[in-house]
Amino acid sequence: MSTKDGYKLFQANVLKLEEIATGVFVLSYKKLHEFIAGQVVAITTDLNDESRLYSIASGVREEEVRILFNVVPEGKLTTQMSQLVEGDQIFISKPFGKFTGTKEPAYWIAAGTGIAPFASMFYSGLASNKVLIHGGRTLSAFYFRNVFEVYFDDNYIPCCSQQSGQGVFKGRLTEYLKSLNELPPEHKYYLCGSAEMVVETRDILIQKGIPFKQIIAEIYF
Amino acid sequence: MKDKLFGKTLSELQEIVVQEGMPAFVAGQISDWLYKKHITEIQEMKNLSKVNRTKLQEKYEIGLNLPVKVQTSIDGTKKYLYPAAGKKFIESAYIPDKDRATLCVSSQIGCKMGCLFCMTGKQGFQGQLSAGEIVNQIHSLPEFDKLTNVVYMGMGEPFDNLKEVLKSLEIMTSEWGYGWSPKRITVSTIGIIPAMQQFLTESKAHLAISLHSPFEDDRKKIMPIENVYPLPKLLQAIHEFEWGKQRRISFEYILFKGFNDSQRHVNELAKILNGLKCRINLLRFHPIPDSPLESPDEKAIVEFREKLTSKGITTTIRASRGQDIFAACGLLSTKELQKNTEPIDF
Repeated sequence: MSTKDGYKLFQANVLKLEEIATGVFVLSYKKLHEFIAGQVVAITTDLNDESRLYSIASGVREEEVRILFNVVPEGKLTTQMSQLVEGDQIFISKPFGKFTGTKEPAYWIAAGTGIAPFASMFYSGLASNKVLIHGGRTLSAFYFRNVFEVYFDDNYIPCCSQQSGQGVFKGRLTEYLKSLNELPPEHKYYLCGSAEMVVETRDILIQKGIPFKQIIAEIYF
Repeated sequence: MKDKLFGKTLSELQEIVVQEGMPAFVAGQISDWLYKKHITEIQEMKNLSKVNRTKLQEKYEIGLNLPVKVQTSIDGTKKYLYPAAGKKFIESAYIPDKDRATLCVSSQIGCKMGCLFCMTGKQGFQGQLSAGEIVNQIHSLPEFDKLTNVVYMGMGEPFDNLKEVLKSLEIMTSEWGYGWSPKRITVSTIGIIPAMQQFLTESKAHLAISLHSPFEDDRKKIMPIENVYPLPKLLQAIHEFEWGKQRRISFEYILFKGFNDSQRHVNELAKILNGLKCRINLLRFHPIPDSPLESPDEKAIVEFREKLTSKGITTTIRASRGQDIFAACGLLSTKELQKNTEPIDF
């Protein structure tokens, strides 16, 4: 079956829907297709509607696929997704995309739900040699923080623009990056977030001497 | 706030008149006034009864927006700044050239695609344009009567706003609208494949692809979209489409010094475009703030064209226009935008 926007879709059933912060959900369904950590799927709840792309947030060896999403004001799909219950039908594409993780040393830099592909890379065993920088407006925006803190220790840097908290850099992630004296130019820098975040972060990295060829970005759209 | 009539398709106008208890044929009269007669007030629709005009006026307005600023280049290029919803601004560039006059229109306010070489991307994404706001750039252009071509190559990615772009194309090319031939219109994309396929099916306008490298790895470094819709899949979709004799596909290729201007790139371009009747438009890169990319010199650009031509690929070098008036798309509106936009949190 196909959506009106051309994706070939497969039926799946919701295993679980959990609200992990206000308006932010983790949706899980049984894995139908193998994927590479960092890939996306197209999802819709109604074949007559357009689908949207979401990064997978679960590991490649898990039996279920988890999707992290937030409810967009006036967004029809995310509102419908937030009301799903176990057993409900959803339609998903095969995973695709090339924002995929490797074992090379890298900085993973995310804003908001842009943490999803890095969560997938983390749960897929790609987290060694990585620094994870996560930006959010409030302290509740650091999804999976309890897991990341244990694993990454000092290499996990939550940056909160509107609230203060223990172990949290007070300010935007771009301010954190600006505050660093140096960054290793030979590392890869993976960015995931809104266009504003990616463009501003990329400019800062380039100003700090990171070759643009080392920067890999994925933008929500 | 009143809804705008300008930008509605004939079928949408038919729904409105039926809802208002008017005869269905009134929709055709309204579209005639909107798109052929350049009226600015509902009361000017003289072949509608006074009762119907008053009814319409209670809920609707025409909804045209005149440009608020214009910059004129010494070469005749004009850059117009139009207001858009939410106190934002969009740009259109009017480019006269001998017997042609092309308007480059915007399809979004800002852009989500974040290409490394693009000034519009520096704004981030500010919002979608309605079909009315897209067509308004054409309709409200002081040089409207001189226009020969329209290209969707201004701010934004047209296929990230496909529904409104398709509506605008319907208005431009329908007999009840402006009645333009679709051959006068080109829509440019960085390669959102599903939307491109829908566009190819539902419209007859020409297509331009922002290519900028024949290699996936190169594209990935300058165009984040490559991570979602990789070049091989994009090329496969393009090769599989039946282009026919009337429809044209072209590839936009900004040359960057030492990045995408080698013989290896020429060879690969010849390989990936083999069998496709197409053209490559080479563009000079006009540096934007903080960009690590540079343009090669004029000699290298000409040589690159000659190498492609020798491979049998029709290749042109697009003349740089309006350099003295912030020609790079997005510069003018970015300057205006900074006056009233709060910083975004992340």
